Amino acid sequence: MKRRSPLTALSLAALTASGIVLADVTPVRQAEIIHLLKHDCGSCHGMRLEGGLGPALVAKRFTEWDTDQLALTILYGRPGTPMPPWRPFLTDDEAYWLATRLKEGIRP
Amino acid sequence: MRLAFILTAGLLLFCGQPVADCLTRGTGDMGIIVERAAGSLKVVDTTAHKALFQVKGLGDLSHASAVYSRDGRYAYIFGRDGGLTKVDILCGKIVNRVVQGGNSIGGAISQNGELIAVSNYEPGGVKIFAAQDLSLIADIPATEITDREGKRKGSKTVGLVDAPGQRFAVSLYDSGEAWVIDMKNPAAPKIQRHTGIGTLPYDALITPDGRYYISGLFGQDGLSLLDLWHPENSPRLILQGYGRGEQKLPVYKMPHLEGWAMAGDRAFLPAVGHHEVLVVRQGDWVETGRIKVHGQPVFVMARPDGRQVWVNFAFPDNDTIQIIDTETLAVVKTLKTGKGALHMEFSPRGEEIWISVRDEDEVQVYDTDSMELTHRLPVDKPSGIFFTSRAHKTGL
Repeated sequence: MKRRSPLTALSLAALTASGIVLADVTPVRQAEIIHLLKHDCGSCHGMRLEGGLGPALVAKRFTEWDTDQLALTILYGRPGTPMPPWRPFLTDDEAYWLATRLKEGIRP
Repeated sequence: MRLAFILTAGLLLFCGQPVADCLTRGTGDMGIIVERAAGSLKVVDTTAHKALFQVKGLGDLSHASAVYSRDGRYAYIFGRDGGLTKVDILCGKIVNRVVQGGNSIGGAISQNGELIAVSNYEPGGVKIFAAQDLSLIADIPATEITDREGKRKGSKTVGLVDAPGQRFAVSLYDSGEAWVIDMKNPAAPKIQRHTGIGTLPYDALITPDGRYYISGLFGQDGLSLLDLWHPENSPRLILQGYGRGEQKLPVYKMPHLEGWAMAGDRAFLPAVGHHEVLVVRQGDWVETGRIKVHGQPVFVMARPDGRQVWVNFAFPDNDTIQIIDTETLAVVKTLKTGKGALHMEFSPRGEEIWISVRDEDEVQVYDTDSMELTHRLPVDKPSGIFFTSRAHKTGL
């Protein structure tokens, strides 16, 4: 069990609670997030998510990750690495939606 | 029977028209523009401001870059998927293509034009090919490291450039090294390894004279400098002070150190994690100024005469370009291009600049004197722009 800061634990609770209302991510927003994934996440992870300066974002890499953990990484980044927090640009619901797609193995 | 053969061969030749499709002209006012999403290129005429060819089938071109043969006829394109493609820009055709690695980041052409070096993220290391036929000449593995998931792998290599003396310089991202690879004898590469250059070198550049090789560091403040004339005094950490005590902002796109924005004895560099361009004095490498800009700089590029520096920015500020006057260090103009201004390229003598605007699916051409938009070219999700004038510049 990894240690989580109170803030993270709180956000996780919020995420889990919000996980059931994924319909909140409108199709327009979904398209914008996929565009962001391809072109902006893609500047480190590769436009096809096959990796670059950052690791590949392919489903098999996330088998050990749960969706919340992945959503939190998107939202808060990964300290000590170049992975920045995307919190200013994504809501909890949107990060959870994106994490779900990544675990499924999206190819933008 | 023989007649039938001759007729058929003649017909095939006629239909194929392998020569007739090619242009008969100089290439000095030509270039290529990467269409990153489609995996294609536009070959352009920079005098007529129009596309001459579209070349398809180059694979994954996210973060693609290119170098030119010294005759200015062939572009070598380094794709993200490890593809190295040789394109004849007079014919608009791929003449050779190898998938040489799993995942690559860029490359360089040797001083004499005979070798192409490619730096790889996956499996790490540098591979060197014959420019003529892309046959493998040397395979130089990177230092092994243990990644965060506990796996052993070769360090990613970044910032690969050519250096005088038939050499290449490259930085090792994970292991914090810079190597100088001497290829005078292609059968026996000699490697000078500089270790401990700093934490996470993410890109590098070489000065136009080929003397100084400078690596940007993501993991700490400052840059690492190799003096190729005096390797015994290398590496040196420069600009250690910048950003100290200030909160570094999250970085949504790594800056690029392509080229070297020089004006007189001053160099202009992007500050990592800050909304600033750093001004540095060449020679003693002391910071002489900082210019507040609109966002985190990605490319900081000097007009060939050094009078202006043009800057683009990381997401979410990539709809803006700023122009700095290098005498006054003032931002003299802020342009709104539309979202995704990814790359800029000056015409060889600097009267124009071409800017890729990804989300507008166009390249915008500006007059650098009036700073006004003069032309638009439709290009599918454009990124890197590379003109043939690079053929004769060290480090490009």
